[in-house]
Amino acid sequence: MANDILALLKQELLLSVIIIVLLIIKIGADEWKSSNLLNFINLLLLINLLAGFVLNVEGSLFNGMFNTNRLIVLEKNILNLATLLISLQSFNWLKEHKHVIEFYALMLSTLLGMFFMISSGNLLMFYLGLELSTIPLAAMANFDLAKRRSSEAAFKFIISSAFSSGLLLFGISLMYGATGSLDFEIIRQQLNGSSIQLFAFILLLSGFAFKISVVPFHLWTADVYEGSPVAVTSYLSVVSKAAIFFVFVPVLYTVFKSLADSWYWMLFLLSILTMVVGNLFAIRQNNLKRLLAFSSISQVGFILVGISGNSQAGSASVIYFLIIYTLSNLAAFGVVSFISSLTGKESIDDYKGLYKTNPLLSWVLAIALFSLAGIPPTAGFFGKFFLLMAGASRGNYELIVIAAVNMVVALYYYLRVIKAIFMESNEHPIEKLKISPLPGLAMLLCVAGIIITGFIGWIYDYIFSLSTRF
Amino acid sequence: MNLTLLVLVPLVTAFAAILCKGIKQVRVVSLLGALVQLALGITLLIFYWKERGAGNTATMLFESNYSWFKPLNINYHVGVDGISIAMILLTSFVVVAGILVSWLIESPVRPVIRAGMGKEFFFLLLFLSVGAYGFFISLDLFTLFFFLEVSVIPKFLLIGIWGSGKKEYSAMKLALMLMAGSAFVLVGLLGLYFNTDTGNGSHTFDLVVISQMHISVDVQNLFFPFLFVGFGIFSALFPFHTWVPDGHSSAPTAASMFLAGISMKLGGYGCLRVATFLMPAAAVTYAWIIILLATIAIIYGAFATLMQKDLKYINAYSSISHCGFVLLGIGMLTQTAITGAIMQMVSHGLMTALFFAAIGMIYSRTHTRMVEQLGGLLKAMPFISTVFVVAGLCSLGLPGTSGFVAEMTVFIGSWQNTNTFYRIATIVACASILVTTVYILRAVGQAIMGPINSARYNNLADGTWNEKLAASVLIIGIMAIGVAPFWLHSLLAPGAKTIIEHVERSIAIQ
Repeated sequence: MANDILALLKQELLLSVIIIVLLIIKIGADEWKSSNLLNFINLLLLINLLAGFVLNVEGSLFNGMFNTNRLIVLEKNILNLATLLISLQSFNWLKEHKHVIEFYALMLSTLLGMFFMISSGNLLMFYLGLELSTIPLAAMANFDLAKRRSSEAAFKFIISSAFSSGLLLFGISLMYGATGSLDFEIIRQQLNGSSIQLFAFILLLSGFAFKISVVPFHLWTADVYEGSPVAVTSYLSVVSKAAIFFVFVPVLYTVFKSLADSWYWMLFLLSILTMVVGNLFAIRQNNLKRLLAFSSISQVGFILVGISGNSQAGSASVIYFLIIYTLSNLAAFGVVSFISSLTGKESIDDYKGLYKTNPLLSWVLAIALFSLAGIPPTAGFFGKFFLLMAGASRGNYELIVIAAVNMVVALYYYLRVIKAIFMESNEHPIEKLKISPLPGLAMLLCVAGIIITGFIGWIYDYIFSLSTRF
Repeated sequence: MNLTLLVLVPLVTAFAAILCKGIKQVRVVSLLGALVQLALGITLLIFYWKERGAGNTATMLFESNYSWFKPLNINYHVGVDGISIAMILLTSFVVVAGILVSWLIESPVRPVIRAGMGKEFFFLLLFLSVGAYGFFISLDLFTLFFFLEVSVIPKFLLIGIWGSGKKEYSAMKLALMLMAGSAFVLVGLLGLYFNTDTGNGSHTFDLVVISQMHISVDVQNLFFPFLFVGFGIFSALFPFHTWVPDGHSSAPTAASMFLAGISMKLGGYGCLRVATFLMPAAAVTYAWIIILLATIAIIYGAFATLMQKDLKYINAYSSISHCGFVLLGIGMLTQTAITGAIMQMVSHGLMTALFFAAIGMIYSRTHTRMVEQLGGLLKAMPFISTVFVVAGLCSLGLPGTSGFVAEMTVFIGSWQNTNTFYRIATIVACASILVTTVYILRAVGQAIMGPINSARYNNLADGTWNEKLAASVLIIGIMAIGVAPFWLHSLLAPGAKTIIEHVERSIAIQ
């Protein structure tokens, strides 16, 4: 039994150990040079990532409250990787910051929460994980301590998450009332499509929709993204979003399978709304962080198209896309965060003529944006193609047409950035920046991932073979 | 012969160019890469003849097939027939000429293009050709779509960075319209994919396999327009041609040559190979619309050209008209017409590349492209002017040039249709040649012949070695088709025959 717990909870335990180590270090933190401290923490995160690939077992604990299998391990590894990349990228920003350890303790707590959430087999466990992953995030959003916008962002975030948690809780309690259990398996058996169950499901769906900023539940997104420090913004837009999808997809596909006919139309509507509204707002943005925020909203719309396919291919394409989206978005945020931490410039106008002074950063950003837009040979092309393919498997081509049109619209605002970087000139261009090693390494990893992932067919094959349970 | 070489050579060349130091190395490397591509193209042709001579009658030759995404049944499947070989040859000719024309891009004497970024320029040109080669050899629709989109972004950057005039507007317009085209294609491909059945419940993107399946007529009628319009946008299908004039005239010389010479051919090839070949029943149903739009494009393009005063706009609008012949030939659905359509693609590719090259040479010396500001260039620059005249004569279809062969074949093929509507369309399209003659001869007469317009034209330098070589390469191509069209015809006819047999079979089934 003890061995089981050690093996099955391996990733969670490791993360807890790291958090405790950090707290112990905090006692004598003044004696550390901040760059040494950061290097040490990054090393811990690297160990954490690598440990995720060995000694993996499948099974469940605590009467099915906690499950793990190879797919879940893979998902946790993706989150670990993304966290490591974000940590590398924010090196410059954190080096100047007085509260490095607190930042990491908060970030890793949220990660721990996400792990429990992904592994949960019970609505209670799910809710616990979700809250653990949300509340520290609000503190992180406030981490530019001197900036008022940062506090504003944190405040907006905590209110909107509290609201969505309220919706979720309401949904959970109704679901409990309607089925008599919080266990996913029992709920699945008890579902009969009665109106109370449907209502509970809609509440649950709205709660999810809030977290992944689906239109019309997206209003908090842009402000929070803009106000938070870039590291937190990228964490919000990549890690926390991916984690929710990792639990959202299996819950829809297994627990609520019998309601598929109802939720298909909900997803259909939500995905169209999300793509269209996200794109239309992104067109008007001048601040790169806001632009990426709205673009990530519209990406969520595309993911919903893939989910609506409701099959093994649907689940596989969503996870595959999320890997690619993680790399692309992190590459884009990496450049934005790097430039913003050294110069404070974030608007598209500031980026005019960037190519003349910083060709490497420009190419990284360009490749990331092409990948987000779904242009080959970047991996984004494969991700988008498979998402739409999964969606089209139901034969709903009207949705595919709308998605395809939205890809064109999305290309427009990505190209606007490319145009500013490569084609326009600026009287005060961003000066030549020296790329520091760790953020540079993070960008290199992201770009390499973006270029290679699509061409290696077995990555998709592997994910597909893990998604057999749907 | 391993066809993947055709993709790898330009790709390797492109990255080698990035690693080079200094523009001199870059252009030498690029030219070498382009020459290797040309050699590969010619070797491919010889191998093809050898195989056919040895009695190999397989539809596709030199096939190779690797699994790429197994669960989705997506393969990297390549192979060629005569039609693809013709397009590959065209591409390799234009690439060599394009690289040669851009030889002096960073020269202080005549900075044709914004200085300092020559490396990226050659990189993007070569990358564009990767897309084109890959597209022409693909037999898997996913691979084909992949390469189709690969070629979009280099165009955007080439026009936007090194272009002239309202370059950013044109680049954006081109990128968005072509993306819209590929969005249509994407929907069409997915629709087609999910209506194929390989027998064990899985679907396929394989072009050869799908062509042997029976796709239900309803499905064909639903998705044919998506595919045809999608590819048609690339090939200036009326009314989606508006990116052509802006894109071509804002682009730097080599990019214009690539755009008109290669990229627009992707569209025509896709209309034929994907839309018509895989959905023959729908092609028959929609033929009249295709022909109507093509005829409008031919006439509209010709008359719009009459009004143009800028040499690049003249050629860009005339491209709309000439590409109309391609679509007309495809819509007519007879073997001769389809052979003619492909011939017209090759011919127009060479001719328009030559035209843009000549215009680029003239512009880099006179700094104007306005017809009325030019005049008497023949005296100052005999070689460049001759090139211009040759391109013009090919454009108006003078016997002895490829233009005559191609258009004649299209007309004969079209006339084989006895339907009154088809015949009227053919007559109207034929009549457009008269208009073509007017605008070409007028441009030649004003810009090349006549009195010298400005004293500074007297001491302009004639073509440099690289420009002479570039023009010669293209003129050789034009003449090789114009004087001895048999080899091209025998290359294309089997492919066209396969397509027509396919169409007839599907009519017979109904």
